[in-house]
Amino acid sequence: MRSRPLSPHATVYRFQYTMIGSFAHRLSGVAMSVGLIVLACWLVAAARGAKAYAAASALLSGALLKALLALWLLAFCYHLFNGVRHLVWDLGYGFEKSEARRSFRVAIAAALILFVVLAWLLFARAGVAPGVAP
Amino acid sequence: MSLRTPLGRVLGSGSAHDGVHHWTVQRVTAIAIAPLSIWFLGSLAGLPLADHAIMSAWIGHGFNPVLLALLALAAAWHSQLGVQVVIEDYVHGQHAKAALLLVNTFAHVLVAATAVLAVLRLAVWSPA
Repeated sequence: MRSRPLSPHATVYRFQYTMIGSFAHRLSGVAMSVGLIVLACWLVAAARGAKAYAAASALLSGALLKALLALWLLAFCYHLFNGVRHLVWDLGYGFEKSEARRSFRVAIAAALILFVVLAWLLFARAGVAPGVAP
Repeated sequence: MSLRTPLGRVLGSGSAHDGVHHWTVQRVTAIAIAPLSIWFLGSLAGLPLADHAIMSAWIGHGFNPVLLALLALAAAWHSQLGVQVVIEDYVHGQHAKAALLLVNTFAHVLVAATAVLAVLRLAVWSPA
């Protein structure tokens, strides 16, 4: 087959802030793809019974997994709001440089706010942490 | 003037239909996941996550298993499409690319089936 043009030539372009937004969208998406495995395991543990669920809860409240859960939550918040930007672009709006720049800032701010609220509700308040003991 | 037939010119260039389907499904699943995932995380935020009896009852209660199964399916489908594009963009070896795309599809179907089955189980049977 004749060699065809390949899409991402990330290294040949002058740096622009849009690269961060785009790459972060992919990175957060791929991160959550891995997170899906954890979600499935959590559901399986719940379906298997109290013992399996207690083991899963204990594992998920460990420092490493908890940090990963927080990162996944952050990835979710960013991907959600940046995804809305993409959907708005798909409708044909928001392509002006100033608009795109503003929507990027709005998405980042909204993602951080949602992250703080959800992290507080999920980790600090009801949380994975309390009542871990099997 | 070229003597190549129109068919000869386009052979090996890929079909013009798959890309649009991929694009559309990616958007449709995104629109489905947005409210479902917010509902899911919002619900989790109000529940005692370490309490198995309450959590398994919540997963199987009323309409929850339907929404959870749909979330798992939509998220796995959206994820499969997304990772597929990443593989297509960054993996250039023909064989490695084909193998990874296959693994990507199988892994996502496996995760989706596992999650849906666990939810179904809790919908019809409450564990001890």
